[in-house]
Amino acid sequence: MGAKRRIGVLALQGAVSEHLDMVKRGGCAGLAVKNRADLGAVDALILPGGESTTLGRLIREQELEDDIRAFVKTRPLLGTCAGLILCARELVGDARPRPLGLMDISVERNGFGRQRESFEADLEVEGAGSIRAVFIRAPFIQSVGVGARVLASLDDKIVMAEQGNVLVTAFHPELADDMRIFNYFVAKSSGALAESHFLL
Amino acid sequence: MNKKYTGTDTIKRGMARMQKGGVIMDVVNAEQAKIAEAAGAVAVMALERVPADIRASGGVARMADAAIIEEVMRAVSIPVMAKARIGHMVEARILEALGVDYIDESEVLTPADEEFHILKTDFTVPFVCGCRDLGEALRRMGEGASMLRTKGEPGTGNIVEAVRHMRRVQGQVAALCAKSKDELMTLAKEIGAPYELVLEVKTLGKLPLVNFAAGGVATPADAALMMTLGADGVFVGSGIFKSANPEKFAKAIVSATTHYQDYATLAALSRDLGAPMQGLEIASLSREQRMQERGW
Repeated sequence: MGAKRRIGVLALQGAVSEHLDMVKRGGCAGLAVKNRADLGAVDALILPGGESTTLGRLIREQELEDDIRAFVKTRPLLGTCAGLILCARELVGDARPRPLGLMDISVERNGFGRQRESFEADLEVEGAGSIRAVFIRAPFIQSVGVGARVLASLDDKIVMAEQGNVLVTAFHPELADDMRIFNYFVAKSSGALAESHFLL
Repeated sequence: MNKKYTGTDTIKRGMARMQKGGVIMDVVNAEQAKIAEAAGAVAVMALERVPADIRASGGVARMADAAIIEEVMRAVSIPVMAKARIGHMVEARILEALGVDYIDESEVLTPADEEFHILKTDFTVPFVCGCRDLGEALRRMGEGASMLRTKGEPGTGNIVEAVRHMRRVQGQVAALCAKSKDELMTLAKEIGAPYELVLEVKTLGKLPLVNFAAGGVATPADAALMMTLGADGVFVGSGIFKSANPEKFAKAIVSATTHYQDYATLAALSRDLGAPMQGLEIASLSREQRMQERGW
């Protein structure tokens, strides 16, 4: 690889520094993205965990919605937890927050329960094997459209999927040491692999 | 079925990490909770009375009625926190049974124990605790707190104590990290902190837990000030619903917390807000009236 990949982390609210640390561990250059100009300077974007209603409001306030929709036409995006919710086409039983609709998935917020039901579990990820995954008041994907591909499920609930440039996880790879999901995302962003080949 | 591990440190501390850069607002009913959620609060604290009213009414302040907490939990989809008295592990167990997402073992309520705090490692639900200095922060962490907040002086709308406590904690962390390892046992003794946690701060170069600011935030500028001083986010107690225009204050404080270094934005957020909550001069409070003195 030539110059380091520049990975942006949307820095309006949430686990921003955790993602920036993961980007650094993965040998890439991290940039906190707060506005449209920042977005133009990165090769890939991460929508971090946080509160999706808060993030949705701040994204609208910065008028970033159309820019993010245009971004994923040419560059990869990783959404984790709240980031996954923002990517959804629709939210089950809830019109708020208005999602970005980056992916043909229908999502149920807080689908595993409240904080006391939050958990870690070993998850079988397509092409990568077992990964320890951290779920915090996590959503799940209730259904995927024809364009989206399921990469992992837990108790029959879909928790990881991808469609084109967009990769989403209901759990938090940034809170674990395992770099396989991040490395896969980076490989997507460098165009180094065909769809869904994990670097093991 | 995959085995699920609940209540791990990663889960409890991770929840606080998702709140960073956000505002947690005190609310006393469903209507206020909905205003807070629409404004972009990352969580609400369900209470019977906000700190300013607790201060004004006197008497013993206890955990809120379960009906109020359940009303707030039904009203919003964001996390709901609630307060237990210092040392009152049964109030905490009740809050855990109700399903609140975070418990604040809080000096805003009248302490139930003047010697011991709750052993928070025993719980699946995470706790946030107040601190005024690094020793207090690490003692709470030693008991199992998953998140910290500097205390400030609740219910005053006066930022001076919040600033004092945040500067002290940040300054002590910096001083600790500048010391060599052979000095750390004596430092642990001096500040009354567990040695292993002092060592952990040195290794990490920062506090191991998320640390919000609390106790006196009344305006967007106050929130931005606390972020500038190194807070990971802010709690706003009386500052929102004791202001003339709660909806506007709530939105402005959320945006100011995100864009705390963008002064043109802060200027716009500070325009035509209406009256903030009435403030209190700290010197007008006797030592017994200062909630920050509670906690050991």
